[in-house]
Amino acid sequence: MNFKLTEEQKMIQQAAKDFAERELLHDVIERDEKSIYPTEAMKKIVDLGFIGMMTDPKWGGGGMDTICYVLAMEEISKIDSSVGVVLSVTNSLIIWGIETYGTEAQKEKYLRPLATGEKIGAFLLSEPEAGSDATSQHTTAEDKGDYYLLNGTKNWITNANCASTYIVIAQTYPEKKHKGINALIVDKNTPGITLGPHENKMGMRSSDTHSVMFNDVKVPKENRIGENGFGFTFAMKTLDGGRIGIAAQALGIASGAFERALKYSKERKAFGTEICNHQSIAFKLADMAVKIENARNLCFKAAWLKDQHLPYAVASSMAKLYCADIAMEVTTEAVQIHGGYGYVKDYHVERLMREAKLTQIYEGTSEVQKIVISRAILKG
Amino acid sequence: MKILVCISNVPDTTTKIKFVNNNTTFDINGVQWIINPWDELALTRAIEIKEANAGAVENITVINVGLKTTEPTIRKALAIGADKAIRINAEPKEAYSVAFQLAEVIKKEKFDIILCGIESCDYNGASVGGMLSEFLDYPSISAVSFLNIENRQLKLKREIDGGYEVISIITPFIGIVQKGIAKDARIPNMRGIMMAKTKPLQVVEPVQVDNYTEFVSFFHPKPKTACKKVDPENVKELVNLLHNEAKVV
Repeated sequence: MNFKLTEEQKMIQQAAKDFAERELLHDVIERDEKSIYPTEAMKKIVDLGFIGMMTDPKWGGGGMDTICYVLAMEEISKIDSSVGVVLSVTNSLIIWGIETYGTEAQKEKYLRPLATGEKIGAFLLSEPEAGSDATSQHTTAEDKGDYYLLNGTKNWITNANCASTYIVIAQTYPEKKHKGINALIVDKNTPGITLGPHENKMGMRSSDTHSVMFNDVKVPKENRIGENGFGFTFAMKTLDGGRIGIAAQALGIASGAFERALKYSKERKAFGTEICNHQSIAFKLADMAVKIENARNLCFKAAWLKDQHLPYAVASSMAKLYCADIAMEVTTEAVQIHGGYGYVKDYHVERLMREAKLTQIYEGTSEVQKIVISRAILKG
Repeated sequence: MKILVCISNVPDTTTKIKFVNNNTTFDINGVQWIINPWDELALTRAIEIKEANAGAVENITVINVGLKTTEPTIRKALAIGADKAIRINAEPKEAYSVAFQLAEVIKKEKFDIILCGIESCDYNGASVGGMLSEFLDYPSISAVSFLNIENRQLKLKREIDGGYEVISIITPFIGIVQKGIAKDARIPNMRGIMMAKTKPLQVVEPVQVDNYTEFVSFFHPKPKTACKKVDPENVKELVNLLHNEAKVV
């Protein structure tokens, strides 16, 4: 076993930290408050190569491992997880999905501009009545010979407006249930696609979330990923990896809040001494540190398994479940340590607490992770 | 045109400074090492010039006097965008010997522009650039805050009291740069980080040179006393404190 990061991994961690502190921190509170998408910062993210960082260099990517990605996600999400989620969706779901299951022609047309950051991606699975129950897709992709005709509505779609490339999960053969589902690559500017208003969210408010309506949208047959009916398996396989990204994001939210609480506890005085000298605060910090360390280890383990081409679905579910849950716990305690200051926006921890909540919900709720984990352990 | 940037390996600027061996040695235990910030800005400017003047700059080399432990710092310089690196395999003990070692390599390699940060943020000696100029018999300009190639001419600016002066210079020369030479140090991109390990890092054995100075002991400055807050209404108290306690008015 080796817990030591390589020179490159440390450099990536530092680069992500420097980027987040220099480019995201100064306006993160304002962007959160006014739900402003970080357009300028995203240009710099692209220049730095965080989009496509794990993709094969032959498609214009960085060729890095999942550990590097986890390190970058943690550092960026410490400051602004709205940016973290753009990275996560594009890297883990869209890019990985097309690179792993796409045809050479799909890779040339769609993967290359995604891997170089020229384009952003969005993953359209959730529906008004199909979130955790992803088999109940009401969006239809009717087989019309040489194209599919898409109709339906997708909800809570991250990057819906800023993305150019969608992967849409839709039902082609309702009678076959989940085996009749297809995954289609769809250009956002295809006629018949309309967006709902920007969602007014509790947290991650500067990420770009909308519902997306499809009204007789024609999608060429060659845009289907994998065999006919592969869509549900595709979505599940893709989300296995996506959970590592969200775990790392939740880890970043937790460690960002912890770092702020630690610093504050050494500065703020009460009863004649810095509050970190009070056991009630010191013990909170100890508990937070242990949770974060555990979370990081689970996250790294899942990333490592993926890099070793070993099964990682259960490990990524465990990492996502634990990181999200401790992100909620740690951020709540960080607000508590800050007291009244923590409840106002200037100290960041209330925002991190709001952001943490989403990590327990999207890319599989904590309850869905428990289904995945319990089924695996019961099967033995 | 070839550019050389001299880089020092220094403790991160947020390091808690401690001394050991009866206050004669800086305690490196747990220290994070970085490129000296002024050197990093010099490197950033060198890369900007190379990018903005296609073909004008053949390559950018970074050079460091240090043991193998400094290689991660050198690799970071390569990740940021230097093309190659030279490490002179010696422990940097004082400015004279560091400048001497650098000069020995530069005499053989030949560079047109040699950039040094104005000082390193560890011992703040601010001497290597000047000494290097003397050893090489090259002209040098200190406190350079702007450097560019304009109409194939090198144009430099240095700040002077109340303004700045514009200087043109022949090559080879030594530019001792200060803050302002580049806006921010460049963050290495992912491609740069992956390419850094494949870029050449040449290790050169040092020549024999004596050290003329040694550290006798270090002292921490006295801790700052607590800040006193005076009610904005209470001007009398403020004047009293400034007059009788701070003794500034």
